[in-house]
Amino acid sequence: MAVEHIVAQGAEHLVVHGLEWTSKELFTYPNEFIYWSIQIVMYPYMTGLVAGAFVLSSLYHVFGQQDLKTIARFSLVFSLALLPVAMMPLQFHLQQPLRGMNVMFTPHFTSAIAAFGIVFSTYAVIVLSEIWFVYRTFFVDQVQILKGKQGAVDRFKYYLYMLLSLGAFDLSDKAIALDKKAVKILAGIGIPVACFLHGYAGFIFGSVKANALWMSPLMPVIFIMSAVVSGIALCMLTYILIMEFKKWSAIIAKGKGDESVLVIAGAELDVITKTSRYLLGFLVAAISLELLDLIFRGYTAMKSWDILRSVMYGKDFINIFVLQYTLGNLVPFIMLLIPGVTIRRTFFALILVLFGVFMMRWNVVIGGQAFSLSFAGYMHYHMPIIPHNMETYKEGLFGALTVLATPFALLWIINKVTPALEHK
Amino acid sequence: MKNHVLRPLWVVLAGIALLLIVRHFIVPRDFGVEEGGNFTYNYHRLSSKDDWKNFKVKYRGREYCQECHEENAASILDSPHEIIECENCHGPAVDHPDNPETLAIDTSRAQCLRCHAYLPYPTSQRSELPGINPHDHNPGENCVDCHNPHNPDLETM
Amino acid sequence: MNCSRRDFIKNTFKTTLASALPLSAFKMLSPAEVKAYTGDSSIRWVFLVDTQKCVGCGLCVKACKHENEIPYAPPITRTWVERYVLMKNGQAHIESPYGGRDGYTDTKIRENEIPPEQIAKGFFVPKLCNQCKKPACVQVCPVGATYQTLDGVVLVDRKWCIGCGYCIMACPYGMRFFHPIHRVAEKCTFCYHRIKQGMKTACVQNCPFGARRIGNLKDPNDPVTKVIMTERVSVLKDEYGTKPQVYYIGLDTNVR
Repeated sequence: MAVEHIVAQGAEHLVVHGLEWTSKELFTYPNEFIYWSIQIVMYPYMTGLVAGAFVLSSLYHVFGQQDLKTIARFSLVFSLALLPVAMMPLQFHLQQPLRGMNVMFTPHFTSAIAAFGIVFSTYAVIVLSEIWFVYRTFFVDQVQILKGKQGAVDRFKYYLYMLLSLGAFDLSDKAIALDKKAVKILAGIGIPVACFLHGYAGFIFGSVKANALWMSPLMPVIFIMSAVVSGIALCMLTYILIMEFKKWSAIIAKGKGDESVLVIAGAELDVITKTSRYLLGFLVAAISLELLDLIFRGYTAMKSWDILRSVMYGKDFINIFVLQYTLGNLVPFIMLLIPGVTIRRTFFALILVLFGVFMMRWNVVIGGQAFSLSFAGYMHYHMPIIPHNMETYKEGLFGALTVLATPFALLWIINKVTPALEHK
Repeated sequence: MKNHVLRPLWVVLAGIALLLIVRHFIVPRDFGVEEGGNFTYNYHRLSSKDDWKNFKVKYRGREYCQECHEENAASILDSPHEIIECENCHGPAVDHPDNPETLAIDTSRAQCLRCHAYLPYPTSQRSELPGINPHDHNPGENCVDCHNPHNPDLETM
Repeated sequence: MNCSRRDFIKNTFKTTLASALPLSAFKMLSPAEVKAYTGDSSIRWVFLVDTQKCVGCGLCVKACKHENEIPYAPPITRTWVERYVLMKNGQAHIESPYGGRDGYTDTKIRENEIPPEQIAKGFFVPKLCNQCKKPACVQVCPVGATYQTLDGVVLVDRKWCIGCGYCIMACPYGMRFFHPIHRVAEKCTFCYHRIKQGMKTACVQNCPFGARRIGNLKDPNDPVTKVIMTERVSVLKDEYGTKPQVYYIGLDTNVR
């Protein structure tokens, strides 16, 4: 009794990281809590979306997959919008967010996180350069149009595009051909870097030898596959949403008597079915690897298997087998395979795919902390919903929602500067 | 306008240069690996070790207490409680008598029960200590009302 | 410190040899093996825990929390004492509420009555940072904020730690936590401020029963070293390859 009283007193002014959202069962070590919570679920999820979006755009630029042409430009810009968001969960999670730059200042390369700063920056540079080459002609055109125009907004835009063009105004055929070549090369380099970026987010988990669930050499590959799946799914989903929105707003405008508006076709089923083939391929690869990992653990039945089994088949059964594998993988897989695909059916399948990949991240990150290092006890994560301090905001539902919403806000801003969705 | 292809590269290089300049001012001078250390286990701000060396000592040990409280130290050293350090009950000395001026003595029943609540554990020395069942043995009373911690045997009190 | 190429090659060879030796869990270490562990600095702090002597009073935990300014109320702690009660039917009751800070004063474990006549063995196991020779926590620190000193103690730089928690995840022993006030990774330092001035650690000094001892593995006359070299000792969770340096007397196979 006395002890509980002291704790309650202490909890008022002390924030013990993890104490608030962790409940323990049986024997766990005193310092064990769910230290890596929702933001660390978001981190590989968002990184995966970035990598996936980029890989999708590169499939067109490098391998000339003409069927992906429409979606390629969009997914490139979307991967730019997602870029800063991959860093956001980490910033939210750090106990000392202001020291985040230390990773760049004194990287300790034996740590999987240390190289992240560098790999991530490299990747960011590649994406930015590629976008620059794709949009350079547009920037220069804008500069020409805005030249000499008056008005604060136009002046601002003029200088913005001046800056964005980096002073390269040459629009000769030769220069444009060079741009195209540069895009191709960058997209080519970008694919392995994007895969590396994400595979190595998997390495961050897979190399933790203290964690029985995480430690697996398959982890990086599994992460890449599911990253590509989620990236493609998100691009398709956003594409469908935006095209349908444009179609409907055009129709409405026409209905109001604005005859100058052309009715747009909306999302093209052809684009969607072709892209979904790639999605299915990666989905199969991801599921096969995950099942291989699971079967292998069960067959070899190392010391940790008893507790792992009790978590997977017991406490987390719904999360893993119902929500992730069945609802997130199997159902959309069947939905996309049944002939006569429609935009609407694809739309719902994509939402399920995105949900499935999220659940996979959840089951890895939270599931990996669901059992004690002592193998004799369990921990449960109770995600903070209503925040009552900074900690419960950052590492709770609203922190995660903030992270989720940011790429769309960014996409909206970026689309003002580099229109990815102009219908030609 | 010849090599416009390299423009992004210059921007990147400028960024790296900026990072290196900022790094130069922010990273402590003594960041590195000690002689005889290695990068994997010994890459750090070298003066960080001094921060830890200068950490304040709070438990000063019996010798420190004895300097002033010779009689009290002698009395406990003459009893079965000789193995108990003064500061276990009297609290950490820190800079006593300057800071704190007086120490709060833990005379609670809980403090005595740490050792003297009987636990029937074979293979542990605990079961060999003189122990009571706290639920039967004058529950709620403070042990120090009858037992003198510096001379705990009732027979010899 | 001079280190000729010859010495370097010799040491490398020795270290490689030592690390190549198969060390299964709770295996006895021969004096030669322990020697092979030692490099060339004159101090290597090690710890010796005698679980036979521990009575579960928790005075070490209390002293540690006060000495090292770890907030007393919350359950986080640099060192703790676990209680193991193993029943004749094979069932194991294990606990460490608040790290055993208030001692073990009741026969109940997690509200369960434990009938004394059914107890096969009961004992206490003090735990603290193993100051591993190959600390996984240091290996994974992305910024070089945690490190191993040349005398073998793993410390955290409170001014440089970014608080990512990777080290907490990497420690197989669950030793690390976030300090609620400094908001950086926190761990047992073997009371570095005390041992560097010839004092014992707070937990060693305040243990009435001599269950905890600290020593220098590189001093053959150190009583702790003598025990490690000449008696049967073991370490915890050898299988992770971190080469822990807290040696135990009287461990049981049920100890986690």
